Amino acid sequence: MAGLTLASPSAERRPAWSPWRETWRRYRRHKLAVVSAVLLFVLIAAVVFGPFVWRVSINDIDFNARLEGPSLAHPFGTDDLGQDILARMIYGGRISLAVGLAAMAVSVIIGTLIGALAGMSRGALGHALMWLTDLFLSLPQLPLLLLLIYLFRDGLKAAFGPEGGVFILIVLVIGGLRWMPVARLVRAQFLSLREKDFVEAARALGASPLRQVVRHILPNALGPVIIAGTIDVAAAIIAESTLSFLGLGFPPDVPTWGRLLFDAKDFLDIAAHWALFPGGAIFVAVVAINFIGDGMRDALDARRVI
Amino acid sequence: MSQYVLRRLLIAVPSLLGISLVLFIVLALAPGDPFSELATNPNVPPEVAAALRAKFGLDDPIYLRYLHWITAMLHGDWGFSFVSRMNVDTLILQRLPTTLYVIGSAQLLALMIAIPVGVYAATRPYSIFDQIANTLAFIGFSLPTFFTGLLFILVFSITLDWLPFVYTTDIKATGFRWVIEQVRQAIMPVMVLALFQAASMTRFVRSAMLDVVRLDYVTTARAKGLGQARVIVKHAMRNAMIPVVTLVALQMPAVFGGAIVTEQIFRIPGIGSLLISSILSNDTPVVMAVTFVFACLVVLFNLIADVLYGWLDPRISLR
Repeated sequence: MAGLTLASPSAERRPAWSPWRETWRRYRRHKLAVVSAVLLFVLIAAVVFGPFVWRVSINDIDFNARLEGPSLAHPFGTDDLGQDILARMIYGGRISLAVGLAAMAVSVIIGTLIGALAGMSRGALGHALMWLTDLFLSLPQLPLLLLLIYLFRDGLKAAFGPEGGVFILIVLVIGGLRWMPVARLVRAQFLSLREKDFVEAARALGASPLRQVVRHILPNALGPVIIAGTIDVAAAIIAESTLSFLGLGFPPDVPTWGRLLFDAKDFLDIAAHWALFPGGAIFVAVVAINFIGDGMRDALDARRVI
Repeated sequence: MSQYVLRRLLIAVPSLLGISLVLFIVLALAPGDPFSELATNPNVPPEVAAALRAKFGLDDPIYLRYLHWITAMLHGDWGFSFVSRMNVDTLILQRLPTTLYVIGSAQLLALMIAIPVGVYAATRPYSIFDQIANTLAFIGFSLPTFFTGLLFILVFSITLDWLPFVYTTDIKATGFRWVIEQVRQAIMPVMVLALFQAASMTRFVRSAMLDVVRLDYVTTARAKGLGQARVIVKHAMRNAMIPVVTLVALQMPAVFGGAIVTEQIFRIPGIGSLLISSILSNDTPVVMAVTFVFACLVVLFNLIADVLYGWLDPRISLR
C-alpha cells in the first residue's frame, strides 16, 4: 500500500485533487463495497477486541447446557460439550483471518518476485518462469494442498508445536499455490512499463535495474496486485476453512470457523445453529472481501470510466 | 486441424511430466521413511534392513528413483493399497466413474444456468436483471461449497425431508425406481457444485458477450434487419463462447476441489472421498495415485478445451 504514495509525489503539493482522494471518490461509488468495508471492519474489531468484552473461556465444558440454541447466556448457543460457540468463534476468527492475510502476503511476495523477474528478463529466464507459472496453474490445488499437509504435518508439528507448526504450514502451502495470477499480472505490467519513456529516462540517468524496478516500475504496477491480493485473502480463508472442514487443518482443539463446521455437521438435525453461525461468518468475511476487491477494481483501474 | 491437435498433445506431455516431477519431489522431500520402523526394530539385523533398502532402491540418487517411479506408473503398476487390500489402479477405476458422473452433470447444469443468464444480462447491461444476476453471482462464488452443502442438507433433507443426504451405490430397487432413486440422491451434490460453478461462469459469459455485442459485425447484422434473438444467438453468442471455453477449462482445478468437498459431505464413493479417507489412514500409495489422477484430469480437460478452441475459432489452428 505504501508503494502507491511513491508513485504520486504530487499528493503533498496538490491537496485539492490528490490521486488518493480520487481513488476514494471512485471507491465510494460502489455502494456494496463501502458496506462491505464497514462489515469487514466490524468483523475484524469483533475478533480482535471480542475476548476483552466476552470473557467466556473457549474450553469451559458444561454438560448441563449441551447443544443449546441461542440464549442470553450463550448468544450463539453451545456445542455438544456445552462450550460457548460465540467465544470459540471469536478465537477461531482470529486464526481464520490471520491465515487469510498471511497467505495473501506469501502469495503476493512470491508472485511479485517471479512476475518482476520474468517481466525484466529478456532471455530464457522469463520463458522458464512463465512455463513454471503455467505448470503451477494446472496443478490441482486442493488435492495437492491435502498431499502437502499430509506429508509435512508431523515434521512441522514437532518443530514449532501443534498450533504454530500447522499455521506456518497452511500459510506457506496456501500462499505457495496461489501466487500465479499475481505473477502473470506483474509480468504483464512490467512488459509494458519497462518500455515507457519515464523508465527510459531513469535508465538514461544511470539508474541501476534494481532502482528502476523499485522506484519506477513497481509502484506503477501495484494497482492490479492490490486487487488480486484482496481477492487472495478471501480465497485463502476459504482454503483454510475447507482444510479444517475436511478434518485436515488445525488440530481439533483449535476452533477455526471451518473446524467448527466440521464438528457441527453430524448434529445438523438437532443443533443447526452450531453450523449456521460459523458458516455465516465465513460467508460474510468472504463476500465482504470480494466486494471490497470489486470496489478497488473500480477505484484503481484508471481506464475504467465511472 | 489434425496438426494442431497433435501439437497440443505434444504440449500436454511435458506438463504431465512436470506435474509428476513436482509430486515426486514433494514426496521425496517429506520427512519420514517407509523403512524407519525396520531401522529401530531390534529383531531386524542392520544388514537385512540395508539389503531391503538396496532392493527397493531407497538409497539410489533421486533422479534414478524418479525414473523408476515414473516407469512403474506408466506400466500401470500403481502400488498396493494397505487399507483396502487391493491394487491402487483397480481401486481408483472403481471410484472414478462416480466422480466423473457427478462433476459432469454439475458442469452441464452450470452451463445451462450460466449461458442464458449471462447472455441475457449482457444484452441489457446495468438493467435491474443484470444487477440482480451480478450480485447473485458474486454471492454464489463467495459461498464455499462445504457451507452450501450443509445448508442444502439442512433445508432439503432435515427440514423438508425431500431428498436423501447419503449417497448409496447399492440402491434396493430395480428398473424405473432405480433410475429415480439414482437421480434423487445425485440432485443435492450436483446442485451444490453446479451453483458454485454457474456463479463464476455467468460472469465470464456476461463479459465475453459484452465484448462481442459492441463489434461492427453485430451492428451490421442488426442493420440488415435481423431480429434481436437471431442476432444474439446466431451471430454474437457463437463468438462469445470461444473465450468462455478456455475460462471453463481453467476452472477445472477448482471444480475438483469442490468435488472433493461435496463427495465428503454427501459420502459419495468417488476418488475425492477416497483421497480424504486414505489421508486419514496414512495410505500413501493411494494418496499419491489419486493426486496424480486429479492432475491428469486437469491436463486432459485443458487439452480438450484447447482442441475445442481450435474447432470454434479456425484462426487459432491455422497459426
